[in-house]
Amino acid sequence: MKDFIIPQDDRDMGTPARTGAPVTLTIDGFEITVPEGTSVMRAAAEAGIKVPKLCATDSLEAFGSCRLCVVEIEGRRGTPASCTTPVAPGMVVHTQSSKVKKIRKGVMELYISDHPLDCLTCAANGDCELQDMAGMVGLRDVRYEPGRNHFEQRFAVGPNPEYIPKDTSNPYFTYDPAKCIVCSRCVRACEEVQGTFALTIEGRGFESRVKAGAAADDFLSSDCVSCGACVQACPTGTLQEKSVIELGTPERSVITTCAYCGVGCSFKAELNGDELVRMVPYKHGKANRGHSCVKGRFAYGYATHQDRILNPMIRETIHEPWREVSWDEALGFAAARLSGLQEKYGRRSIGVITSSRCTNEETYLVQKLARAVFRNNNTDTCARVCHSPTGYGLGQTFGTSAGTQDFDSVEHTDVVIVIGANPTDGHPVFASRLKKRLRQGAKLIVIDPRRIDLVKSAHIAASHHLQLRPGTNVAVVTALAHAIVTEGLFDEAFIRERCDWDEFLTYAEFVRDPRNSPEATELLTGVPAAELRAAARLFARGGNGAIYYGLGVTEHSQGSTTVMGIANLAMLTGNIGRKGVGVNPLRGQNNVQGSCDMGSFPHELPGYRHVKNPEVRAIFENIWGVEIDAEPGLRIPNMLDAAVDGTFKGLYCQGEDILQSDPDTKHVAAGLAAMECVIVHDLFLNETANYAHVFLPGSTFLEKDGTFTNAERRINRVRKVMAPRNGYADWEITQMLANAMGAGWTYTHPSQIMDEIAATTPSFAGVTYDLLEEKGSVQWPCNEKSPEGTPLMHVDGFVRGRGRFIVTEYVATDERSGPRFPLLLTTGRILSQYNVGAQTRRTANVVWHDQDVLEIHPHDAENRGVKDGDWVRIASRSGETTLRAQVTDRVAPGVVYTTFHHPDTQANVVTTDFSDWATNCPEYKVTAVQVGLSNGPTGWQQDYAVLAEQSRRILPAAE
Amino acid sequence: MSPEKMVHMANQIATFFKTQPGEDAAEKVAAHIRDFWEPRMREQLLAHVAAGGAGLDAVVVASTRKL
Ligand code: SF4
Ligand code: SF4
Ligand code: SF4
Ligand code: FES
Repeated sequence: MKDFIIPQDDRDMGTPARTGAPVTLTIDGFEITVPEGTSVMRAAAEAGIKVPKLCATDSLEAFGSCRLCVVEIEGRRGTPASCTTPVAPGMVVHTQSSKVKKIRKGVMELYISDHPLDCLTCAANGDCELQDMAGMVGLRDVRYEPGRNHFEQRFAVGPNPEYIPKDTSNPYFTYDPAKCIVCSRCVRACEEVQGTFALTIEGRGFESRVKAGAAADDFLSSDCVSCGACVQACPTGTLQEKSVIELGTPERSVITTCAYCGVGCSFKAELNGDELVRMVPYKHGKANRGHSCVKGRFAYGYATHQDRILNPMIRETIHEPWREVSWDEALGFAAARLSGLQEKYGRRSIGVITSSRCTNEETYLVQKLARAVFRNNNTDTCARVCHSPTGYGLGQTFGTSAGTQDFDSVEHTDVVIVIGANPTDGHPVFASRLKKRLRQGAKLIVIDPRRIDLVKSAHIAASHHLQLRPGTNVAVVTALAHAIVTEGLFDEAFIRERCDWDEFLTYAEFVRDPRNSPEATELLTGVPAAELRAAARLFARGGNGAIYYGLGVTEHSQGSTTVMGIANLAMLTGNIGRKGVGVNPLRGQNNVQGSCDMGSFPHELPGYRHVKNPEVRAIFENIWGVEIDAEPGLRIPNMLDAAVDGTFKGLYCQGEDILQSDPDTKHVAAGLAAMECVIVHDLFLNETANYAHVFLPGSTFLEKDGTFTNAERRINRVRKVMAPRNGYADWEITQMLANAMGAGWTYTHPSQIMDEIAATTPSFAGVTYDLLEEKGSVQWPCNEKSPEGTPLMHVDGFVRGRGRFIVTEYVATDERSGPRFPLLLTTGRILSQYNVGAQTRRTANVVWHDQDVLEIHPHDAENRGVKDGDWVRIASRSGETTLRAQVTDRVAPGVVYTTFHHPDTQANVVTTDFSDWATNCPEYKVTAVQVGLSNGPTGWQQDYAVLAEQSRRILPAAE
Repeated sequence: MSPEKMVHMANQIATFFKTQPGEDAAEKVAAHIRDFWEPRMREQLLAHVAAGGAGLDAVVVASTRKL
């Protein structure tokens, strides 16, 4: 099957689309009807007429500075700019009168007189709107004498004072002021699209220049977050990707999906041959609407990094060096070992870990391998350690394990609660869309132990920041409900119509209890009662209320309870089932939603159906031709426990690095070391591979076909843009392993796997690759009832029937600070790095974050004699590690914070084995610790460094 | 799994269901454990109860009769 790319209208329409009543006008004799508020420029573009333009582009509001787009309108004086003139009924527009042609030539002449004429060697050659416009207006000569300009480095008399050298500080793009036409598209992109406000135009008239940050700043030291929106908006070669400078302008493009976070941005991968030149966010991508962050746009260099392993490898024991072997030998070795283990230790002695970074099709195959070939349910996914409580909590309350909205919904929100999430770092494109809405006047409530960027940054501020103590989410959420119920702010009509009224009454009685009041819980949570009450009133009364949450909610002993509390809040205030409201889990990795949907969890088959149900098993038994085990399998922490106990012996781990990402590293290491066959299927020799016997080299998202499902349930296509460097796409490798164990699978394209998913899973029943080609993407459920997918869930009723209120009693975690461990550690991530960092650490993104640091409040630092930049030791009951301190009041006294992107820090040596009561999702967000000065790495870090080096040895390939 | 860890996990489940309305906390704990605990974990729990059930919440102990 050949992949083809949907022909989409990619033209720049000049100004953004509008919605409004239809207006009909005539342009150059053609009648055209457009929504009210549309610009004349856009109306002309809709009619197929391109008006010359420089300062306008359809991702930005019109600005009207270049005057190249002038037109004549009958009955109006002068020559209005078409980009800033809205259409009117009956308007008659002429875009090519001799008058406007003369004006345009004059404008272009001025621009070109102050522009270097090195077009042939310019990196933007062929991709420059200034060139295009000079051609379009027919500029043939420039009458101005050479004089004052911005581009010549020297005059005969000496250096040119206006000349500013190129700024190459950003690792991914350059700023060459000599080529700038001061159209301010970059400044506006940074404000309107990204919301960072890093750029300004300094000076006036001839003196005006684009500037990043303050006087002494360059791009790198400014507030710039390297999203690239300005580079994309720049019509000239002033802001230019370094990859284009190096490799030339790309000549073909393929639409695909970012492989980093759960926003799931669509991109155009632009190439020459099979060489990737740049990634440009795709403007018809429904999750990102043409925007992206630094990771998706720029951090793809890991795909060709020298550390990438391209050949299969095996070894008898983990103390030996690796041996490169053929695929046949590696797969035969793996299959024989796995079968041998099952013979010796029983059917349930082996299992798999699927990946939230791999495609739906790959995940489906890996869980199928466990269920149909291993004949057990020992399959789990890294979603265990992030969003499993979302599955449980939303399943219990609403009846479906997914977010309720699409990302566009945020444009209709009036009050947003962000709880336990840090979108500007974790989900940057969503954060940009949220910030845009906040600048339009929506209100924000942040519930987080840390003062995250959203609390206050350029042109936005949270109305309330409830800075709770880690581990007290349930108390805060229940106190919000207390205020809403006791102050009579709940939406009775909604509850009576949509929810179980008796359950509501029981719940209301529970939250009403004075022990749940903000005043009673203040001491515990650290949140001032008055502030909390004000937040509750704002949320209940402020119009459309939406809740967005992340791992700061789920990764607690009461993670599932908090998710249910959040669902309660949404039902209580009637904020479900329309645009602008809802409960929205922000997923960590790109395909967390998909990996859960695909039956990665050990207790449920694809589509969230428990394995205990014979009718569900029958569906798969019919297609797979085997009997499926009716008992739930082991979850990741249980696998490791069973391994230490000696009953779990073999693991196939695809695309995950459990040693670095899972809590209580020493326990994970002990579990892995106790296994007799660990198969790691990954791009790199990750930390888990230190304990592996078989290494199967994986393919990147650029090298395979498939689908990812993002946080809004949107199924997006991943398209192969180049051949896999390791020889096979990951789904083929899983199939080869299965077949080496006798499975007899015969898939020849991932679309066939999707067909099997559709045939077995009701919410995917209507999904086919053909539909995805046609629509670009669809949101599940996609079936007979909603053939084009479902942007909003629970519109007329909850999936489970009536919404269920669940009592959410606060229970303190057993992880408490005390005299030995007086501080609470919480963990998170940062914009430029991604999770375990295996990909981003192998890109230039390290310039922003080359090590993990420990954020500590000035009081706590002073008490311990710790200064900014000191090496500190952080210890918990599980273990200890060292890293550098950053003294900051972003964290409250008593709380410290770090990221887990670097293996040599190993923050997870410190985290403990406590977990969510319902799902075993680890309690990453609360660990009692002590911090003190240190003079270097701990014994564990040193030993580990030696082990890691030892176990990464590779013997030269045999002749 | 270490007995302490297992006891801790089981008690956490009981702690939640004890806060829920109704008299059937033990039923619910049993149902949860049946749905989410792999057989060898349930066996370990049953063996622990048979050996006296040290540290286990009474509701967990009651629930094991329904496993
Ligand atoms: S850098 Fe580019 S986008 Fe910005 S003002 Fe100059 S030419 Fe325009
Ligand atoms: S890269 Fe993004 S953040 Fe940086 S200046 Fe450009 S638009 Fe602003
Ligand atoms: S990492 Fe997330 S926000 Fe950034 S480009 Fe990729 S999907 Fe979009
Ligand atoms: S494009 Fe309209 S004034 Fe620049």
